[in-house]
Amino acid sequence: MNFAAILPEAILTIGAIVLMMVAAFAGRRSAGVTSWAAIALLLAAAVSLIGPPQTDGALFGGLIAADGFGAFGKLLIFLCAAVAIVAAHGWFERDFEHGAEYPVLILFSAVGMAVMVSATSLVTLYVGLELQSLSAYVLASYRRTDDRSAEAGLKYFVLGALASGILLYGISLLYGFTGTTQFSGIASAFAREGTHSLGLLFGLVFLLAGLAFKTSAVPFHMWTPDVYEGAPTPVTAFFASAPKVAAVLLSVRVCLDALAPAIDAWRQIIIFASLASIILGAVAAYGQTNIKRLLAYSSINNVGFALIGLVAGGPRGASSVLFYMAVYVVMTLGAFLCVLRMRGEDGEPLESMDSLSGLSQSRPWLAAALAVFMFSLAGIPPLFGFWPKLMVFQAAVAEGLIPLAVVGILGTVVGAFYYLKVVKLMYFDAPGRPFRKARTDLEGILILLAALFVSPLGYLLIGPLGTLTANAASSLF
Amino acid sequence: MTGLPILSLMIAIPLIAGIVALFLNANGARWLALIATLADLALGIGLWASYDPAGAQWQFVEQLGTGLPVSWALGIDGIALMLIMLSVFLMPICIGASWRAIDKRVPEYMAAFLLMEALMIGVFAAQDLLLFYIFFEGGLIPMYLIIGIWGGVERIKASYKFFLYTLAGSVLMLIAMLVMIGIAGTSSIPELMAYDFAPGLQWWLWLAFFASFAVKMPMWPVHTWLPDAHVQAPTAGSVILAGVLLKMGGYGFIRFSLPMFPEASAQFMPFVFVLSGIAVVVTSLIALVQHDMKKLIAYSSVAHMAFVTFGLFAFNRQGIEGALIVMLSHGLVSGALFLCVGVIYDRLHTREIARYGGLADNMPKYALFFMLFTMASVGLPGTSGFVGEFLSLVGTYEASSWAAVVATTGIILGAAYMLYLYWRVVYGTQRNADAAAMPDLDARELWLLAPIAACVLWMGIYPESFMRPMREDVGRLLTRIERAAPRGDAHVIPGKPVTAAPHGAPAEHAPAEAH
Repeated sequence: MNFAAILPEAILTIGAIVLMMVAAFAGRRSAGVTSWAAIALLLAAAVSLIGPPQTDGALFGGLIAADGFGAFGKLLIFLCAAVAIVAAHGWFERDFEHGAEYPVLILFSAVGMAVMVSATSLVTLYVGLELQSLSAYVLASYRRTDDRSAEAGLKYFVLGALASGILLYGISLLYGFTGTTQFSGIASAFAREGTHSLGLLFGLVFLLAGLAFKTSAVPFHMWTPDVYEGAPTPVTAFFASAPKVAAVLLSVRVCLDALAPAIDAWRQIIIFASLASIILGAVAAYGQTNIKRLLAYSSINNVGFALIGLVAGGPRGASSVLFYMAVYVVMTLGAFLCVLRMRGEDGEPLESMDSLSGLSQSRPWLAAALAVFMFSLAGIPPLFGFWPKLMVFQAAVAEGLIPLAVVGILGTVVGAFYYLKVVKLMYFDAPGRPFRKARTDLEGILILLAALFVSPLGYLLIGPLGTLTANAASSLF
Repeated sequence: MTGLPILSLMIAIPLIAGIVALFLNANGARWLALIATLADLALGIGLWASYDPAGAQWQFVEQLGTGLPVSWALGIDGIALMLIMLSVFLMPICIGASWRAIDKRVPEYMAAFLLMEALMIGVFAAQDLLLFYIFFEGGLIPMYLIIGIWGGVERIKASYKFFLYTLAGSVLMLIAMLVMIGIAGTSSIPELMAYDFAPGLQWWLWLAFFASFAVKMPMWPVHTWLPDAHVQAPTAGSVILAGVLLKMGGYGFIRFSLPMFPEASAQFMPFVFVLSGIAVVVTSLIALVQHDMKKLIAYSSVAHMAFVTFGLFAFNRQGIEGALIVMLSHGLVSGALFLCVGVIYDRLHTREIARYGGLADNMPKYALFFMLFTMASVGLPGTSGFVGEFLSLVGTYEASSWAAVVATTGIILGAAYMLYLYWRVVYGTQRNADAAAMPDLDARELWLLAPIAACVLWMGIYPESFMRPMREDVGRLLTRIERAAPRGDAHVIPGKPVTAAPHGAPAEHAPAEAH
């Protein structure tokens, strides 16, 4: 038993249980303590990632792998979780209820996601995914006095439960037809059979459908805009970043590890999901008037691009997905941190796109930062958001999937339209009602750091980040 | 080449100045922008002075980050040199033209222009395919903001149209670039220029690049973004758009389409000629019926750019050199014409031709400059327009006499709409009291127009200065594409060398190159 390998998960689990007790007994006064303690725990978990042996083989009888791929994913997830806690700190101050429990839920969710990205067995996959989801359902309805938040939580739960059911059904089929729940066993079962039996194929389809729900890829995206809109904004920021990383990385591991011999079977499914997400994410965002819904469609759109890297497969495709997700979470978190600053004069949160009009004149730096994130999400050079898009397309082109790349890249043009709309509102329109003055605080620094990362300065990171993702991806093969 | 990284410096100066300008007040930003652009002009002159026309193909080479997927590789040949000169020459004039016309959000405006300059120089100096793409596409952002924030009434529609049109054109080029990098295993432009792609593949790659450059150029029928963008953009924005941004399309054809895909270029020559022919005739006719001065000049730009595509795809020296001179000349002349429109727009705030008339009476200096640029646009001998258009037509004639016939009608129509414009604005009776009361050019405006006028005449009288740096590069291009050159329908019989044509330098190649 090599417990050192699961040190990050162990730190977070034990820490979260302790903090839950603190929150339960100390009540709302402890909100600050639990928040900072949770961030410290996440940092400690991130640091401990450096320590454990980067074994390639599965541990605990093939349940989990502490490899570079998982470590990279965990790093991103812990980062997103910490930012979500920081973002919430200012958010809940006015009418916080159970403020102390928020970071605890984030921590549990982070543990679930950490298990997801390192799962090498269908059982751990399911346990991690459920731990993440259950915490997420609670988080979505965190402002339970708010109807929209309660509705978001309920909707997320019902649809999520359905997706879990589909996933479990797929898992049971795969188990029934291969006799094992371990990825390596499933891979060899697929490799043994030249033509895959109907049962295996059904299992594969249901498994991927369940995962597509978690990545909010079309056609399993329906919950995304509603949940993103209804959930409190810091929670939305969290949903748009960490669970996406976990679900996309999990899909990568499942497809390239467990289902590797069945590439012809899953590739067409992922191609469809990818292109449908790109196109629907771009087209459906047109009529949106709520910035959170817009960003929800943007996240659907971006997942589509990340999946192009998965379609390409191989070390290059996998590393391009990792690169994509790393840049994507920074852009998305940055954009949401800017949205968090949209407060009316009384401090009430504003979400309508119209409230952004003329922002460049009332709050030039905030507008500039949001514009940078928007252009970057649209993938316009010289901003750094261009580079991961380029990498996934390069991976697809190298595999000879040129029609896929062509359709995908035309999707960026359609998508550019609504990102431009945000810039247009901020820069071309007359100023509306000003926002409340914001303090210069940790959030402001985070926005600045994110903006610098996606600015052309980000290109300096191509080398190191490229090496990091390539190493992480190589541990899958 | 060791020593001062002059190209990086030319990119860095406007970039840094642009960032600093954001922190200054309006006047500080104006002065900083002027100083930065003048400093870049000075560096550009230094670049031209130390460029060795007989030296290596690529000079001032800089290379950083080799081994990464995209490297900071810069370097120029004569063609890039002249286009960089055009950019740095027009830039201080743009700043000067905006000195008073722009009074809101000045620091942001100057920052956008300085960023634009850095990206433009980057486009012409980049030696890495992806670096080129980054600069090429990056230019969309500042131009989108310039049109959208400081533009006219319909600025928002125009800015969207500009952005989405050009983006849609370019993305396919990116896929083609990725394919090329995948096959050739390098993203270095000089290496790719010598790489032979399979003819079947070239066909697709050529089309993908064409989609991008044809929109940028712009060629008929994808030119419709240009009139909107020009009309709505502020004066300086139009100058940069017409002066430099359109040249990126022509530059792309010279740098990528022709040398990298010679066989496909030859195959598509009739296609390009047909599109260019339609452009010359149709857009000239459209220009004839415009009521808006800027729109008229915008359509004339499309027609002039068709001379560039005619010349480039003629596959001979006259055509290519002519196309290059048309590019430079059009950059100066159309920029100057937009400035001329800007001068009277600043006074009367309308671009309606009918609101003006008889300006020769109250604005004699203005009338003189406007006349010169009108004549240059028409292609009067002695001005830059003549040299380029003549050479490009000679080249076209050699390749296809029918194409030359169609193209030449463009000269006639060009004279018609330009002179008609000039007549309505400057001659005739003074119809409106406010137009009649407009003061003549002031010192600032003189300083903007006079340097361009001097260059237009210089290029018209002694084009050798501008052709010399490019001659070797055109020669290299010709040796690269001659294996694919289509047989023209001109049956030239070598005769005794004729006496020198009026334009000594370029013409002396004609007999030698013809066959």
